[in-house]
Amino acid sequence: MFEWLGITPQALVAQLLVGLINGSFYAILSLGLAVIFGLLNVINFTHGAQYMMGAFLAWIGLTQLGGWVGKPDWEVNYWVALVAAPLIVGAIGILIERFMLKRLYHLDHLYGLLLTFGLALVIEGMFRHWYGISGESYSAPEALQGGIRLEGLGLFLPKYRLWVIVASLTVCLGTWFVIERTKLGNYLRAGTENPKLLQALGVNVPLMITLAYGFGVALAAFAGVLAAPVFQVNPVMGSNLIIVVFAVVVIGGMGSILGSIVTGVGLGLLEGLTKVFYPEASSVVIFVIMAIVLLLRPAGLFGKER
Amino acid sequence: MKQKTLVKALAALFVASAAGGAFAQKISDDVVRIGVLTDMSGTYSDLAGKGSVVAAEMAVADFSKNKTVLGKKIEIVSADHQNKADITANKAREWIDKDRVDVIVDLVTTSAALAAMEIAEQKNKITLVSGAASLDITRSKCTANNVHWVYDTYNLGKAREALVKGGKKTWFFVTADYTFGHNLERDTAAIVTANGGTVVGSVRHPFPGSDFSSFLLKAQSSGAQVIGLANAGQDTINSVKQAAEFGISQKQTIVPLLTFITDVHSLGLRAAQGLSVSESFYWDLNDQTRAWSRRFFDIHKRMPSMVHAGVYSSVMNYLKAVEATKSDDTATVMAHLKSKPIDDGLFKGNIRVDGKFDHDFHVFEVKKPAESKGPWDYYKLVATIPAKDASAPLDASCKLVKKS
Repeated sequence: MFEWLGITPQALVAQLLVGLINGSFYAILSLGLAVIFGLLNVINFTHGAQYMMGAFLAWIGLTQLGGWVGKPDWEVNYWVALVAAPLIVGAIGILIERFMLKRLYHLDHLYGLLLTFGLALVIEGMFRHWYGISGESYSAPEALQGGIRLEGLGLFLPKYRLWVIVASLTVCLGTWFVIERTKLGNYLRAGTENPKLLQALGVNVPLMITLAYGFGVALAAFAGVLAAPVFQVNPVMGSNLIIVVFAVVVIGGMGSILGSIVTGVGLGLLEGLTKVFYPEASSVVIFVIMAIVLLLRPAGLFGKER
Repeated sequence: MKQKTLVKALAALFVASAAGGAFAQKISDDVVRIGVLTDMSGTYSDLAGKGSVVAAEMAVADFSKNKTVLGKKIEIVSADHQNKADITANKAREWIDKDRVDVIVDLVTTSAALAAMEIAEQKNKITLVSGAASLDITRSKCTANNVHWVYDTYNLGKAREALVKGGKKTWFFVTADYTFGHNLERDTAAIVTANGGTVVGSVRHPFPGSDFSSFLLKAQSSGAQVIGLANAGQDTINSVKQAAEFGISQKQTIVPLLTFITDVHSLGLRAAQGLSVSESFYWDLNDQTRAWSRRFFDIHKRMPSMVHAGVYSSVMNYLKAVEATKSDDTATVMAHLKSKPIDDGLFKGNIRVDGKFDHDFHVFEVKKPAESKGPWDYYKLVATIPAKDASAPLDASCKLVKKS
């Protein structure tokens, strides 16, 4: 039945697998955006830059830091970077929220968007100034190098890509669980609905908002570290990706946690299929779907009308 | 009364002789202005960008210690064209009309180069293109005021001839979906088929892309011996990296059709080793290229790309032509440039009637990490294609070429 498609079933499965990998990147990035939008009502355009910072911190840790502290052999390995980079970038995010974003909450959404967009340009500009545009190479850790040959599919699947799927889906589902099924998550969701009432009940809402922003940003940095061995680490790696991720969030429904995970993975698969059958359209397909979804369900597939 | 007439006559004579003196050395508005119009912040800012300004400044300083030609000041101005044709056209127009720029150099990105060439032709000023790739620059879009200095898509295809003749007959192209990618695929495919090879397929990816694994898997399942990457910069870097990741480079030959040393530098030797690349300049070719490149490195902290070398060479030869002809008149300088061989230690050859600077082209292999003595020691010379074979034949699609 596959002959008329011009592709063997094995090749199709292989392509879907590749789509799934990209989908898991979309999922984790759009999840961070959804968390931030849900609680802060801020469209965080700095997300791409924060993703890039995560990747750069991993690279700096592995190759530069030793030299800076005078011990050239000393390096921060991948596994440490996977924890440390999100913490550092998250902390920077918290500073941004405390000193800048906080002042804009009483204004229109657009101000938050403009501030975060401007910040993204400044951050990318700084990294471009320091490291140039061509970027740097980051190798996968020893344990995840090489791959598995799937003879049936005629595919050599890099171990690292499998790890990306496992790691990002675990983090996504963990986040979903915390927000939808725990007491902390109850507070968070209550804060989304009615922050004043929640504050009246004795919950420190501003602190919660700050931490939520830090967490969303940390997710971006985590994705950045995951991406470092797959893509070239360069100052514009985030801005190439972020537009697609915004479309994913819009399709899933602004602020919907589960929506962003499911649409992220789903659209990754769909984009993978487009690359097989009509590659010229692969950068457009997500926006076509966005347009259709906005026409039929303006709140997004999983969003609620407010 | 008579005395008054005499004074007038003398004064007239004096004015005439002064004017005559000025005509002997015609430098319009008493300054020679060179504009470096390039990508300062985008994809090509490492292989061109600030380094091109450094190269142009070096050329001026090497030409004359006090930065003058025929006693007139030489000035360099620079701007970011952001790889956009409209911005390039506006800047070129402003430079020529308002700032009296005489020559525009670098012009990376084909669409930008073509836009500047058109403006310069209308206003009768000179463009010396080093950064852009398309063969159309000296074919259907050629102008009398332009030289294509460093490389074109025909050179890049031609550099692969030996590979096809050596038995790599079946090709699959992974092509960036815009003019440059299409041209590079077209010109390389022509070389492949002319030498008995076949193109079994191609896939066009959106520009810029980040994940190329789907396209590479398609190329893999085509079973072609060679996967030609008709893209540039980040796209090439990520394609090479991911081809290695998916184990494709072990069984099929990955050939990046356009690579700059800055790409290899950022890719790292571990990922790039064994790749076959073609360039018209490499810093470690001979004593002259080494000496010049080391001076460039001292200023820019990076070794020059072939575009940087081209900007230096084009500015230097432009200034020499102004000095030799004692004029910055466009037609005079262009005629001089095309009239005699050029050998400045970086490039050696002739500029043809269609504006193509005919010179040698080189094929290199990227060294293994163990073979490299340190940063920037990346290439082994495999072959040098002599100028007469490397360039496309003159073609009547350029209006400057007489139809035979």
